[in-house]
Amino acid sequence: MKFLDALMGRTKPVKANLDALFAIPQAALTLQAGGGFLPTGVGAVCYRANEGAAFATMQTDVQQLLDADGGPAVERSTDSYGFTWLVCRQEPDQVSELVTELHTVNRTLEDNGFGPSLLCSQVGFRSPDGRTLGLVYLYKRGTFYPFAPQPGERRDNALELQVRGLVAGDVPLESDLGRWLALWGAPGLG
Amino acid sequence: MARTRFKSDRGLTARMGLVGFLLAALYLGFGAYLVYASNSIAVGAIIVVALAWGQWYFSDKMALAAMRARVVTPEQAPELHGMIDRLCALADMPKPRVAIADTDLPNAFATGRSPDHAVVCVTTGILRRLDAEELEGVLSHELAHVANRDVAVMTVASALGLLAGFITRWGLYFGGGNRDRGGAPAFIVIWLVSILVYAISFLLTRALSRYRELSADRCGAFLTGKPSALASALTKISGDMARIPSRDLRAAESMNAFFIAPAIRTASLGGLIDSHPPLEKRLEQLARVSAELGRPL
Repeated sequence: MKFLDALMGRTKPVKANLDALFAIPQAALTLQAGGGFLPTGVGAVCYRANEGAAFATMQTDVQQLLDADGGPAVERSTDSYGFTWLVCRQEPDQVSELVTELHTVNRTLEDNGFGPSLLCSQVGFRSPDGRTLGLVYLYKRGTFYPFAPQPGERRDNALELQVRGLVAGDVPLESDLGRWLALWGAPGLG
Repeated sequence: MARTRFKSDRGLTARMGLVGFLLAALYLGFGAYLVYASNSIAVGAIIVVALAWGQWYFSDKMALAAMRARVVTPEQAPELHGMIDRLCALADMPKPRVAIADTDLPNAFATGRSPDHAVVCVTTGILRRLDAEELEGVLSHELAHVANRDVAVMTVASALGLLAGFITRWGLYFGGGNRDRGGAPAFIVIWLVSILVYAISFLLTRALSRYRELSADRCGAFLTGKPSALASALTKISGDMARIPSRDLRAAESMNAFFIAPAIRTASLGGLIDSHPPLEKRLEQLARVSAELGRPL
């Protein structure tokens, strides 16, 4: 079928496994025990906003839904590449609640047929000495990777590889290092 | 299963399939006829197929050399790389190499034998003219060409057409000297058949090329979710294209099939020999995609 698809110019969207997000709280415990990293309580979903009313309506709806619980308001921002970030905040120790919110955003986009527009979801961590770390979920791959930005658009590769070893048992990790996308200026990181 | 708006266009797929089928039938018939008619031409067929293979295998190097493009690193072109990084993550495809051609001609092309060996090239002219969103639309169109393996498809589609063209141009010299085995009349029949095959395969490959372009437009528009940005980019590029004097463009002629918009305006026989669909048709399709995206599920 792959050959036929190539012949006919078809590209099929990949199915994502959103349940993998619920493995993040376990990974957070491991990061705290093994690396001294504490959750910042900030997480975000990055997606490509589509043109048209259907997307705008859905985007407003999901924000209202998440704000209905009375917690910190969900923020929306657009980065320099034209991608939208929906930023969720919770108390630092409430990682499960944060992940549930991220899952809701992902699920809503998917249910409205905008699954292909999802790029990634990201949860922030910080070490006592001030280093930041993002655990990024790649929607299209169904895998995670660590992203440790440093000032001046550089990455702390040593830390990223160390974290990969730490959380390997908790979450499915992206094996292709070429897909460890840099997310400069991601909300809650750096 | 998750619902998706990423639907394939049945009509487009059907038309593409029909053209592909006609090409395959034409080539099988032509190949069988050649083997039946002359052994020496069968050897020629192998040589031409080998040439076509080389053209496909080295397509990235040849295209970059022809355009005098240079591959750029993420440090040299951070914005361009960042854009392609994200589009590739969105489309879940390996990242192609990125090249920039130093020419004012506003255009972009993708080439390479497989998605793992692909190159996406933009000209400095297009970087200067388009804003970020439009450039992203153009890049997603090129990435769709890579994902759809259009270089391989078009090489296969045109390979035997090349042989027919080869016989049409040079066949009489070779055939004329070989009078021992029944002589020139038999060869003239081969020559006439070759002319016919060449003409038909030319029209069919051009039709296939136009369908691949429409398909890439559609995939690209769904990828970025902004069909209007691609439409606006196409309008800008085409407007600029028509104004540029044609003598400056002769060097670019061999690259025409892989450009996002053809660099050279050909006198069109009702659009039959164009490698790209007319602008109105592309804009119309993008408008349909835009309407589909705006509708609630």
